[in-house]
Amino acid sequence: MAFKEVIKRIRSRWMEGAGAQSDVVISSRVRLARNIQGIPFPHLISKEDADKVIQKMEKAIKAIGEKDLPSLTVTSLSELDALQKQILVEKHLISPLLLEKDQKAAVALTDEEEISVMINEEDHLRIQCILPALQLHEAWQIANQLDDDLEKQLDFGFDDKFGYVTACPTNAGTGMRASVMLHLPGLIMTKRAGRVLPALSKVGLVVRGLYGEGTEALGNLFQISNQITMGRSEEEVISNLAGVTQKIVDHEREARTVLKKELGIHLEDKLWRSYGTLRYARLIKTETALSLLSQVRLGVDMNIIKGLDPRVMTELMVMMQPGCLQYIMGQEMDAGMRDVYRARLLRERLKIDNT
Amino acid sequence: MYCQNCKERPAAVHITKIVNGEKSELKLCQECAAKVQGETFNWEPHFSLNNLLSSLFEEADSTVSFAPRAGKQQERCNTCGLTYNHFRQTGKLGCNDCYQTFKSQLSPVIRRIHGSDDHTGKIPQRSGETLQVKKKIEQLKGTLKELVQQEEFEKAAKARDEIKQLEEKM
Repeated sequence: MAFKEVIKRIRSRWMEGAGAQSDVVISSRVRLARNIQGIPFPHLISKEDADKVIQKMEKAIKAIGEKDLPSLTVTSLSELDALQKQILVEKHLISPLLLEKDQKAAVALTDEEEISVMINEEDHLRIQCILPALQLHEAWQIANQLDDDLEKQLDFGFDDKFGYVTACPTNAGTGMRASVMLHLPGLIMTKRAGRVLPALSKVGLVVRGLYGEGTEALGNLFQISNQITMGRSEEEVISNLAGVTQKIVDHEREARTVLKKELGIHLEDKLWRSYGTLRYARLIKTETALSLLSQVRLGVDMNIIKGLDPRVMTELMVMMQPGCLQYIMGQEMDAGMRDVYRARLLRERLKIDNT
Repeated sequence: MYCQNCKERPAAVHITKIVNGEKSELKLCQECAAKVQGETFNWEPHFSLNNLLSSLFEEADSTVSFAPRAGKQQERCNTCGLTYNHFRQTGKLGCNDCYQTFKSQLSPVIRRIHGSDDHTGKIPQRSGETLQVKKKIEQLKGTLKELVQQEEFEKAAKARDEIKQLEEKM
């Protein structure tokens, strides 16, 4: 199939996953903020000190070698061109803030990109592990292991009372932010999201739409993460988030059952029409494609649309964004041209396998 | 000439913007122009996390203000030079030592954010070594008390020696 090989080259492990609860949970992520003693935090850092942090990190990675974890490769941002940087952002491996730090920043990645470390973002190190489906405990174990390994080589700032120190006191303590990316079309279509999601703030969790601004969540994609980083252990926070996520998964599945029962053929019609549009459109914008993909994914997960791999849906969500799209097509494109090629990519990748 | 935004309706409105001396032109239809209108205001609401933080500081200041206010604002971290005032404005600390320098002001703010200002999670092996010893001493002191109460003097003496040893290590 066309494009498949090119896509493979820029695919991250988190997009490839089948696994626990993968009909609702797309990915799990754990991020740890760490700083090195004796060097000012990145917002006050000089170029020399920024380079020092990168060198220390390179040295530490070399010393650790390849033991339990796959090895990391450090690349400074100045070595990457604009397109490569954009692709990393679209794959959620680095943040837009890291791009702003440009000359002072670097990123360390494993081959499969399940581990990424942002260097000199808001803190000296942001250790991040992303895995497919609901694997919060696994992601924590990997991030924790890397943190242990790095700590043997680097002097991390730690305060007896406040715990791990961070540039912003909202991260101090564990420095840990754990999150899950959820696909909740059922709760949205049954208009129950407004009842389920606001309750999360009561247990120290925050919810936001993954794409789109404000209350709107494009593609019915949500991210839920912990707000509190002090006074609770990492395991408590992870278990709390995993437990709540399981509850939301149950609600979402219930909503889907209700939809099927109440709407019947009307639901089938709606989802197949979305498929039809994606399969035959000649021009499509990111926003439209995201919401149609959500419908098709729902169809696949509910076994209404057969013969499509749900993983292709996750992959497309990332690959149809401007940076990835230009890489796949091997050319620079303006917004109008991207709409044409986005439609082409979707048509190709959504062909149903009849064999 | 079609609208540059939707490319569906004829362009009817011509917008010229000059931002920092750079001129940009847009030809839009009525509908798209109406949408863009709201976005052309040169104003961003500064409602960020940092702003929220500064409002927390204001409350914290009013509750622990026995020191003269002006003097406190000028307080400076010896290591990185960050002033308390700067910290209040940006919501960001400058270095590891800031947490010690501004400890008394930070505690109430952190309590407001997290509901606690005591870290109970992971302790690093090396940087947290003294803390681990401290926690061990505290634990031993508790045991010592119990042993004395139970009149287990031999074991108590052992615990006491262990505490002494650990304290010397620090």
